[in-house]
Amino acid sequence: MRRLLSFTAIALAGAALLAGCGGSDEGELTIYSGREEELIGELIDEVAEREDISIDVRYGETPELAATIREEGGNSPADVFFSQDAGALGALASEGLLARLPADVLETVPARYRAPDGAWVGTSGRARIIAYGPDVRASELPASVLELTGPEWEDRLGWAPTNGSFQAFVTGMRVSLGEERTREWLEGMVANGTQSYADNSAIRDAIAAGEIDAGLINHYYVAEAKKEDPDYPVDAYFPPNDIGSMINVAGVGILESSENREEALAFVRDLLTPPSQEYLAEGELEYPLVPGVPVDPSLSPLSEIPDPGVDLSSIDDLEGTLKLLQETGAL
Amino acid sequence: MPPGLVLAGAVIAAAAAVPALYLAIAIADNPPTAWEAIWRSRTAEMAVRSVLLAAAVAASATALALPLAWLTVRTDLPGRRLWATLATLPLVIPSYIGAYLFIAALGPSGALQDILQPLGVERLPSLYGFPGAWLVLTLFTYPLVLVMVRGALARLDPQLEEAARGMGRSSAEVFRTVVVPQLYPAIGAGALLVALYVLSDFGAVSLLRFDSFTREIYISYTASFDRTGAAALGGLLVVLTVAILYLYGRARRRLDYHRIGPGPARPPRAVALGRWRWPAIAFCAVVVLLALVLPVAVLVYWATKGISSGLEASELLADAGHSLLAGSLAAVVTAACALVVALLAVRGSRAGAMIERVSYSGYALPGIVIALALIYFGIRVAEPLYQTLAMLVFALSVHYLPLAVGTSTAALLQVSPRSEEAARSLGRGPLSVFRTVTAPLIRGGLLAGAALVFVYAVKELPATLLLAPIGFETLATEIWRQTEYGFFEAAAIPSLLLLLISAPPLYLLSEKGVAT
Repeated sequence: MRRLLSFTAIALAGAALLAGCGGSDEGELTIYSGREEELIGELIDEVAEREDISIDVRYGETPELAATIREEGGNSPADVFFSQDAGALGALASEGLLARLPADVLETVPARYRAPDGAWVGTSGRARIIAYGPDVRASELPASVLELTGPEWEDRLGWAPTNGSFQAFVTGMRVSLGEERTREWLEGMVANGTQSYADNSAIRDAIAAGEIDAGLINHYYVAEAKKEDPDYPVDAYFPPNDIGSMINVAGVGILESSENREEALAFVRDLLTPPSQEYLAEGELEYPLVPGVPVDPSLSPLSEIPDPGVDLSSIDDLEGTLKLLQETGAL
Repeated sequence: MPPGLVLAGAVIAAAAAVPALYLAIAIADNPPTAWEAIWRSRTAEMAVRSVLLAAAVAASATALALPLAWLTVRTDLPGRRLWATLATLPLVIPSYIGAYLFIAALGPSGALQDILQPLGVERLPSLYGFPGAWLVLTLFTYPLVLVMVRGALARLDPQLEEAARGMGRSSAEVFRTVVVPQLYPAIGAGALLVALYVLSDFGAVSLLRFDSFTREIYISYTASFDRTGAAALGGLLVVLTVAILYLYGRARRRLDYHRIGPGPARPPRAVALGRWRWPAIAFCAVVVLLALVLPVAVLVYWATKGISSGLEASELLADAGHSLLAGSLAAVVTAACALVVALLAVRGSRAGAMIERVSYSGYALPGIVIALALIYFGIRVAEPLYQTLAMLVFALSVHYLPLAVGTSTAALLQVSPRSEEAARSLGRGPLSVFRTVTAPLIRGGLLAGAALVFVYAVKELPATLLLAPIGFETLATEIWRQTEYGFFEAAAIPSLLLLLISAPPLYLLSEKGVAT
């Protein structure tokens, strides 16, 4: 008993000590990143070196980090939010938590890849694709994602209705094709026995394992798999000039509460320069958003990808999508 | 009850109530949205599904744990101490990893399917949905009940059974009418922990594609960034927890579980299994095979395939060190708090019972809610401590307090108040009585609680990601990092390391947590 008590005392003293050396105000810039360390850790290191700033990064899931910033209110230790998709940035912008970016930063990318109110800017794009496995013949590949409701695709498909990119895609469809057409398509997909998976990698793995023949995911999941194993049995198909190959943006915003505006701006500016954009284009096979940086040849060119003209960060639109998904039984 | 103790209990209850308070604030922010979220038909549907799953898993976990407990404590099963440890070990496997391993091994396109294909088995039954969730969650939570019941069995006084036998009852009748009723508090505590854990689980059910209540909370946060709707659903979980606890409390009040006779309990005579030894061993072996050997085998296989994950040994060791640190601190703090709560709940009055109920309020909530609650309050009330290890330990303790409270109360219920009263009447003060009489008798329960908290704390992910200091990587966050693109193979080595550091406390739990 005595040993237990003394151990407890020492442990608690240790805890108190550690409480002191916990907070990290060492870096000049603190980033909350919903983008994975494997993808952009190196990029952030390069930017830190180029701009001569020391950077601390907290990696996490985009929606959870967005919720964190919201709960932190005006006192967040974060300066920059690096988001996997526009929805989270829009959510924070609508609460007034993001600072308006200067015009020169915003104008580096085309208008459709930045916030209408200037609260965030896109840094790279990711395309939606139809991933397919070895049981799908090339002649079977549909001209449009809309054809997937046909009887020849019964019980062969998978999607991830809880995934942010999928929901952005449905939002895009609602805006470009109308609410009714989108509802029809969703109901058709559900009736066709489309399987729901937790996320994009689960779909890709299911295709590789032969559970399903094709699925709606983002392009880089296939690219990542092929990097690890060139013989990976899943391939990417970009339906040409179709909403099914829509581009989502990943982007950054600077927190209104940030006390390191200069460093934050330097960081954001650097992400939009050719070296950073090339890192994302060549290394990660994403779409650079700054004109003049080449797109990897394995990707469908931007000219063949339609622009649905929707503000993907609009929360009202996202909520409308969620409702539609729930009404049609997709979610 | 010394007033100092009651004050300490009140402070602990206030701390444990932080998540519930946060939910109330978030709901009050926008009551119409909250109301709408609660009354959606999907909410009721998902709540029913989750409650059914929780009840089913609690039942099957108990069905597995009872025979295992009896075989390893009361019989002459060969190697029973080894079986006890092995049967308790599945607790160290995080449910999300366990689910993935099961799909990889037993899924429709998994390893077993490959093996059986040439034998003509076209397609194994699907693991997805309710059956898979039921199986996987049962296998990884039954040790909670096992630990409780083994502890209680070991502390039983055989006098009651011998008396019943002497009056002519058969062994089976004695077991049913004398032994099992004395185990009710332990079974109840264990089943309660299992049920509430199932309600809070998200990782396993989402991989196994079972639509649950936690999925609705998750969708609220990620799809519509709707913190009020999510908070309303979280609030429902808290209300559900309190309701279940109330029923449990009523059931427990009705009986006394401690010995009345004088003198210490003698260790009971071991039941000779005879011919039944072989079926008993087979039973233990099947459980251990499915719940422990299979998952670990898949992990080892992936690790040896040499998937390069870019991890260095020094990084891994640092992660392990951080996990150990956070886990140990959480275990110690939680055990100390649980002791206070247990004393107040079992020996105290209505206030004590209320404090106990409040201490459970954070357990059934998904980790993200705990994290957000502490972020909200931490940055407003305790800013210097924000994103320090202290705050993380606080979060882990609040989240897992019931694990230690459960084991401690179960142990304390079996200590007779008469011994304490006798010591008091001989002139000892309350602290002295506690130190010399009560503490040695519940030490096993406290250690068991600390070990359980450690095991769960090192597995924890969402709160660690958000609350730990930047750079404080644990094995759990490392595993998460490696599985971003779904390549769980890359996470095999940190997973094995996680199992390795959790195994010793669990071994202690199974050995010392049972003895008195």
